[in-house]
Amino acid sequence: MTTDAAFGDSPLRILIAEDNQSDRMILHAILTRQGHEVVMATDGMEAVEAFHRESPQMVLLDAMMPRMDGLEAARQIKAAAGEQLVPIIFLTSLSDPESLASCLEVGGDDFLSKPYNRVILRAKINAFRRMRELHQSLQKERDLTNQRNEQMLHEQEMARRVFDNIAHRGCLGAENIRYDASPMSIFNGDVLFASPKPSGGVHLFVGDFTGHGLPAAIGAVPLAEIFYGMTSKGFAISDILREMNRKMQAILPTGVFCCAAMVDLNLKSGHAEVWNGGLPNGYLLRHDGSTDELRSRHLPLGILPADRFSAACERHAMEMGEHLLLCSDGVMECVNHEGEMFGEDRILEVLGARGAPSDVFERLREAVRSFSEGVGSEDDITILDVAMADESLLEAVEPDVLPDTGTGPLDWEMSYELRNETLARFNPVPLLLHICMDVPGLRLFSGELYTIITELFNNALEHGVLRLPSSLKDSPTGFSRYYSERERLLGQIRHGAVSIRLEHSSDPQRRGGRLLITVEDSGDGFSEQALSRSIAHNALSGRGLALVRQLCDNVRLCGRGNCVEAEFVWHTGPVDSRAGVSQRGDRHE
Amino acid sequence: MSITTERSDDGSTLTIHIQGRFDFSSHQAFRHSYEGADSSVTRYVIDMSQTTYLDSSALGMLLLLRDYAGGEKADVRIENCNADVRRILTISNFEQLFQIDD
Repeated sequence: MTTDAAFGDSPLRILIAEDNQSDRMILHAILTRQGHEVVMATDGMEAVEAFHRESPQMVLLDAMMPRMDGLEAARQIKAAAGEQLVPIIFLTSLSDPESLASCLEVGGDDFLSKPYNRVILRAKINAFRRMRELHQSLQKERDLTNQRNEQMLHEQEMARRVFDNIAHRGCLGAENIRYDASPMSIFNGDVLFASPKPSGGVHLFVGDFTGHGLPAAIGAVPLAEIFYGMTSKGFAISDILREMNRKMQAILPTGVFCCAAMVDLNLKSGHAEVWNGGLPNGYLLRHDGSTDELRSRHLPLGILPADRFSAACERHAMEMGEHLLLCSDGVMECVNHEGEMFGEDRILEVLGARGAPSDVFERLREAVRSFSEGVGSEDDITILDVAMADESLLEAVEPDVLPDTGTGPLDWEMSYELRNETLARFNPVPLLLHICMDVPGLRLFSGELYTIITELFNNALEHGVLRLPSSLKDSPTGFSRYYSERERLLGQIRHGAVSIRLEHSSDPQRRGGRLLITVEDSGDGFSEQALSRSIAHNALSGRGLALVRQLCDNVRLCGRGNCVEAEFVWHTGPVDSRAGVSQRGDRHE
Repeated sequence: MSITTERSDDGSTLTIHIQGRFDFSSHQAFRHSYEGADSSVTRYVIDMSQTTYLDSSALGMLLLLRDYAGGEKADVRIENCNADVRRILTISNFEQLFQIDD
């Protein structure tokens, strides 16, 4: 048989449903000559059956047939075809517009009027073939896109878990902290950290990396490590910021950086140190309803080289129950249906409304939510609210760092001596604390140890090496003179030494141990009487050693009075109330 | 968004005009605007008079230009910012890196 199939196109399987036998035969002849495979049906019912059985790629349907008409057959065939595009061409002698329209309404794609014209039929079949192919390639693309998207979401989920493992140790769950951040916000570049400090108080961090997706998230991992690592080792906020900036500048490409604000919340003295580089204004919410702005004073992290970076913080006093609020620019920039931004004015409006500082967080959240309802930009929004609170609040979340009954060193001894100018430039406490924290279980006492080592070291440095008389601190004005004098003398220091010796031994049941801290300086020494006199006679000076005495089991002066030996005995108690107990009752003055 | 450039008569200053939103979608166009110029350019002026909005990726692009123009020694000015654009530049403290003229 000779065929005139169009330009080498692959033949189609075409279903013809037509009750008139001569019409059926004509169509059959035309289509087979064009190279197509033909399946025939004599009514709608047969057509539907044949469709299921033979899966034709195109259907020619007579509109009027016995048993089931073409309209119903078309409906059923389209439903069965689902996502597949199976073009249906109605064969009809009808010409009134309503009948023709109803053919299209039930899913028909085109008409062919009787009598059949071979050329038009071929043109229509070819047009629908092209449409079918286009449809198929679109579907393939769509499936591929869906698959890629799923894979990306899966990868993001994995990446987020890795990130959570690094950042989970935080104390974001503390009672005085509230926050709003989407779990996937890290892929919008938003990060939120909070960690208790060994010296008491909390470090908080809100960051917003440039860009979206993985590039925005990648810097968050080292940032979290620095934040949690350095905070738990007792580093100061300025040291941490400098390290973060240095690291970000080293690893991020130019043009990627992190707008950030960091807060050192000191619960003991009731103040907050705030550093803001590139984040929108933060706010201090006062009891009287007023607010203080926490402005961005610095470039974001990761832009300036170390020597030009400033970690200078602003210090704000905060009363118990006053709040500090930080948010990423997602809050200001979230849009409503009209494309309008939320903006600073709306934030101020929320802040200005009457109410307690503790209500502002919820009110702001609600305002943003209702403003951007249905627009779907809430993934971009990070809000952090923290209240000045009693120190005991944080202890509730401390067991986050619980029993590492691991295999750290139990019995050891080390000594470390700082000499000459190094005394002015280097703070050895984080390093020494880090070594102590390797002892399994001792981490629970990091706060106490931080205080003990810091007080003993400062004592040796200030009174022993610099020979600053403690009595200088007897008056409030002397107190500040003392510190300016300390700075001056440190700048001039040429000779001197402070050595710190740490010795740890574990108890037989390995549920605790004894840490002996010996700090010796190159100074002339003090007599025990002089010391106890200064401790007894006022509150401003001599507090260091008094504090150490309270925290330790045994403190004695040795050598020529230039050496203090402090014994810290610890054990991990039953895990019911607080995770660990040391034997001393009242731990603070 | 559209970006157009203009050279001063002596060729030493390249002015880049940014119209509309300056965000990540301008990335290529912005880079081409200064990378296409020859090496006789010693000073760059970003004209923001027609810029309606600036996001953090645009800040990143400004830093890339600054690097390209010589980093610490770069002479890059940002001119005619509207209040919104100025606010973003101020929050980020970009006046420490660029000369910003309102």
